[in-house]
Amino acid sequence: MQDNLKSSSYQQLEQKSKYTNMFLRWFLYFVLILFASYFIFPLYVMVVTSLKTMEEIRQGTLLSWPSGLNFDSWAVAWGGRGYGAGDTFLRPYFWNSIKMVVPAVFFSTLIGAMTGYVLTKWRFKGDSWVFLFLLFGCFIPFQAILLPMARTLGALGISNSIVGLVLVHTVYGIPFTTLFFRNYYVSVPTELVKAARIDGAGFFKIFFKILLPISAPIIVVTVIWQFTQIWNDFLFGSTFSFGEAAPIQVALNNMVLSSTSVKEYNVDMASAIIAGVPTLIVYVLAGKYFIRGLTSGAVKG
Amino acid sequence: MFKWLEKNLPKIVMAPAVGLIGWFVYGFVLWTLYISFTNSKILPKYELWGFGQYEKLWASRKWLISVDNLLVFTALFLIFCIVIGIILAIFLDQKIRAEGVLRTIYLYPMALSFIVTGTAWKWILNPTLGIQKMFIDWGFENFTFDWLVNREMAIYTIVIAGVWQSAGFVMALFLAGLRSVEDEIVKAAKIDGAGLFTVYWRILLPMMRPVFFTSFVILVHISIKSYDLIVALTQGGPGISTTMPALFMTQAAFHKSQVGLSAASAMMMFMAVAAVIIPYLYSELRRENAR
Repeated sequence: MQDNLKSSSYQQLEQKSKYTNMFLRWFLYFVLILFASYFIFPLYVMVVTSLKTMEEIRQGTLLSWPSGLNFDSWAVAWGGRGYGAGDTFLRPYFWNSIKMVVPAVFFSTLIGAMTGYVLTKWRFKGDSWVFLFLLFGCFIPFQAILLPMARTLGALGISNSIVGLVLVHTVYGIPFTTLFFRNYYVSVPTELVKAARIDGAGFFKIFFKILLPISAPIIVVTVIWQFTQIWNDFLFGSTFSFGEAAPIQVALNNMVLSSTSVKEYNVDMASAIIAGVPTLIVYVLAGKYFIRGLTSGAVKG
Repeated sequence: MFKWLEKNLPKIVMAPAVGLIGWFVYGFVLWTLYISFTNSKILPKYELWGFGQYEKLWASRKWLISVDNLLVFTALFLIFCIVIGIILAIFLDQKIRAEGVLRTIYLYPMALSFIVTGTAWKWILNPTLGIQKMFIDWGFENFTFDWLVNREMAIYTIVIAGVWQSAGFVMALFLAGLRSVEDEIVKAAKIDGAGLFTVYWRILLPMMRPVFFTSFVILVHISIKSYDLIVALTQGGPGISTTMPALFMTQAAFHKSQVGLSAASAMMMFMAVAAVIIPYLYSELRRENAR
């Protein structure tokens, strides 16, 4: 009897909670989709605006659909209009950024891998202090090093050059790359390394035979992180380069700010998309590794 | 000789990293600190001048506005990012269909530069053709949204764009935190009759203390350093109403030939970051050692 009573009230409860549950589910999806549209809104506006003519922009609203797939503003943003003075376009700066990113990512990753390897597998007295010493570099506000860096680049004769930017990005990437590799190698059993050492394997042999073959995930995380950070950098680019050696973010900003007689928003938006597309592609293709970089070593914005 | 080399090889391999960071981070910060105590104008001078630059800095109206803006921005940026981040993380944690797609959408702004997103937001927020026009065209004839060109409100446009860029990141941190909690704990609480709300409010969120702490530190760090977004969105304007310390520093250093003053402002930023980071690193290390 008592059992029966219990179960019927339980059923009632179950029934009631089923309705509230359904309501909650709908509410859940509603909120999630609402936020999704907030996040997607600027990207949508950028894409449709870049496909419109200025006439359409003036007549329609932000959200209105373009009349057709018109890539003219993309062509102008990428290659200019073909006349001489005052015709700024992104193509040369895009290549500047590539020339800057590739060596800077390579060197900072290499140094980080080596440092992370030593800090975990060839431990020495005070090594955790060395790690802390390097780690602090992740956090300094770069304003505190801008002035001496500008003078140093000048003294080395590489101010306003891509070589100079490669140096800057390599150096200030080291704390992050070291952090990534150190945290990854810490979880590799030291016994493996010890056994190899007893077998007479040397420093580099152990690295190349034991650690490198299992490092693919952390290399991907580091390369993506460094690529995104360096490609998106504006502070160093705008401080240490101008004119022809500028990376793409600086060129984009100059293009958007240059006050010609008529503001061409469609070209502005096309330029912004061109400057953002490489990191966006990497994010979509390898989002998992991007997020891992963000959450595991995440300290920088 | 060869033996010595072999024995010290690890340290030799470490040397470039330690040397570069020692010189380019610690050496440079010390240089900036020294210069902040000199009366340097266009070029650095090396005679000490005492605290003159700091006195000048804190008497400067522009610097005070910068600090004020930074405080307002940081407070709002923190609150909105953390609240939105937590809501999204908890909602996504309810076995949602298409979770992967939604997560990708929430986080993609992190992959873009502040210059790219600043350009987009500037276009969206501009009063003549942007959101304001959209609402007027939809029939709300008296709708005004001119924050971007309004001295009092322009700082909030930076908050809008900044939150949009970083809220997904907080979501990712909290989602990772929630997923690392043992299922048993939640099950046990549910058997004891706790509703979903209670489970999160009383049990899971309090367990997320370290995640709160991490988010707080990272967001404050982002906001103290914020520079690109302001350059792209307002250039510190209208007037100097949206200027911030990072912008103040670069302008003083590279446009106004106030090297000493800019060094002083850089050191103030450095100290602000250090005040947040050092306790964080300390607690992280203690946690790691306790393991």
